[in-house]
Amino acid sequence: MLRAGLALLAALACLSVFVGTIPLSPADLLGAEGWSLVVDSRLPRTFAAILAGAGLAITGQIMQLLARNRFVEPMTAGAGQSAALGILLCTLLVPAAPIWIKMAAAALAALAGSLILMALIRPLPPTQPLLVPLVALVYGGVIGAVVAFVAYQGDMMQFLGTWLTGELSGVLRGRYELLWIAAAASAATFLIADRLTLLTLGEDAARALGLNVGLVTAGAVMAVSVVTAMVVVTLGAIPFVGLVVPNLTARLAGDNLRRALPLTALAGALLVLAADIFSRWIRAPYEVPVATTVAAIGAVAFLALIRRGAARA
Amino acid sequence: MIRITDLHHRLGGAPVLNDIDLTIPHGGLTALIGPNGAGKSTLLSLIARLRPIQRGRISVGPHEIGKVADRDLARVLAVMPQSTEVSARLRLAELVGFGRYPWHRGRPGAEDRAQVDRALERFSLTDLRDRFLDEVSGGQKQRAFAAMAYAQDTDYLLLDEPLNNLDIAAARDLMRLMRGLADEDGKTVVVVLHDINYATAFADRLVVMKEGRIAAQGAPSEVVTDTLLAEVFGTTARVAEVEGRPLVIV
Ligand SMILES: Nc1ncnc2c1ncn2[C@@H]1O[C@H](COP(=O)(O)OP(=O)(O)O)[C@@H](O)[C@H]1O
Ligand SMILES: [Mg+2]
Repeated sequence: MLRAGLALLAALACLSVFVGTIPLSPADLLGAEGWSLVVDSRLPRTFAAILAGAGLAITGQIMQLLARNRFVEPMTAGAGQSAALGILLCTLLVPAAPIWIKMAAAALAALAGSLILMALIRPLPPTQPLLVPLVALVYGGVIGAVVAFVAYQGDMMQFLGTWLTGELSGVLRGRYELLWIAAAASAATFLIADRLTLLTLGEDAARALGLNVGLVTAGAVMAVSVVTAMVVVTLGAIPFVGLVVPNLTARLAGDNLRRALPLTALAGALLVLAADIFSRWIRAPYEVPVATTVAAIGAVAFLALIRRGAARA
Repeated sequence: MIRITDLHHRLGGAPVLNDIDLTIPHGGLTALIGPNGAGKSTLLSLIARLRPIQRGRISVGPHEIGKVADRDLARVLAVMPQSTEVSARLRLAELVGFGRYPWHRGRPGAEDRAQVDRALERFSLTDLRDRFLDEVSGGQKQRAFAAMAYAQDTDYLLLDEPLNNLDIAAARDLMRLMRGLADEDGKTVVVVLHDINYATAFADRLVVMKEGRIAAQGAPSEVVTDTLLAEVFGTTARVAEVEGRPLVIV
């Protein structure tokens, strides 16, 4: 399954290199103009879609594991909005701040946002599985409203869209490399996959096996926050990837992260890359934001999940 | 040997354990019985260092609870908590494999895989190893959790009401397996049991708790009497002797 997915990803990546406003054929690669188009724009865009998709799907799976609930994902549950708030405040207060400061502000804000969410949902009864996503959505919505208010007051409304609606059309060489940090954070979660899975047994059982529950949870929340923040800073928020993909892979491969994470990463990359190609193609020469396409696919899938979850509960 | 001295514990302001002094000898199967709310689960979780000790001391073998590191105790003592509700979709073999975590800490080797196979075999789960937890019966699930505790390969094994929701066949199977762990492997097994008849049938020793105190302890035939049932459990059931063991006529 993994191998077929990788082949599909390679095929989509090739397609992604050749689809766009400026027509490009394989022969053009030999010319300097075609080559620079590929290296400066098409390849970075393809990488960005793959890295963001894989990272977002992984953060979703980890967040669902930490929340012990299948219906949450960081991008819509406060972490994404918090990252936007962080970069917005940083831009307002220290307009001259270099990009890495803004990035750090976004990551720290996402971390705070995630920790508050965890504290909010901790006391919720596990017998009411839909309460967690409800609280998470309201919480995310409240932070989103704060972001909008601050942007309005600070006369920054025109920038708001770039953070709240993920788009890949602006991706160029030199403007997407932060996503490699997200990739590193995602890859780091592979190293603690076993420990993360142990958390699903419950805090007591995990401690009884000698797991340092606090440390592993902290590492997981940190990875989630970094990935979310990097995606928001470079592309803008892309919702639903973290929700839909892990639910799909859990059905196929279960929740043992050692087994599931590679599949999740691959499926997330496939989803965002395919959605981006579609977004370029559907009303060419114009583009639809990739977040919109993903959300359209994701919303339908989410409704199906809720229906199934409610039927089972 | 598990040695408990001068143990007191309060939860939400109310005393739950009072002045517990108890020694559980090495080896054999000890059953912890008593009415609901007597404090059995609390006592077990204190022994398993899942709650901090408020007053008193507990030692498991040479290890003093509260001082020994979590990861070191995990190689000495395994615990199967009362509620084993796991939301995650895990395969039985994966679950049992997590019992090996204290030994490999994330990098399972050939020896760990062999231990998992042994545990699955012993608990008759080999055919079910690739099933997900939500695709097996309650008895098979409980057996899988017990197999996980067994795979942890510890001298001490604590189980909190492992027979919950099991039918008579599954309950007897599980108790026989526990008996085997004590007899053949020389483990010290402590089981909280609801049904006194299971306790008298399978345990070497009973420890009876009531309202946070030790009400009685000793061999089943000495402990289980009409008086005990009346005083501790508040019921007037009669105790008969069948095949040398006391049997509560319910
Ligand atoms: N978190 C808690 N807060 C307050 N009281 C508790 C808590 N947990 C348990 N108790 C009380 O402690 C007593 C002992 O509980 P427990 O150890 O679970 O008993 P048992 O396992 O013997 O049924 C009960 O009276 C119970 O109501
Ligand atoms: Mg109990």
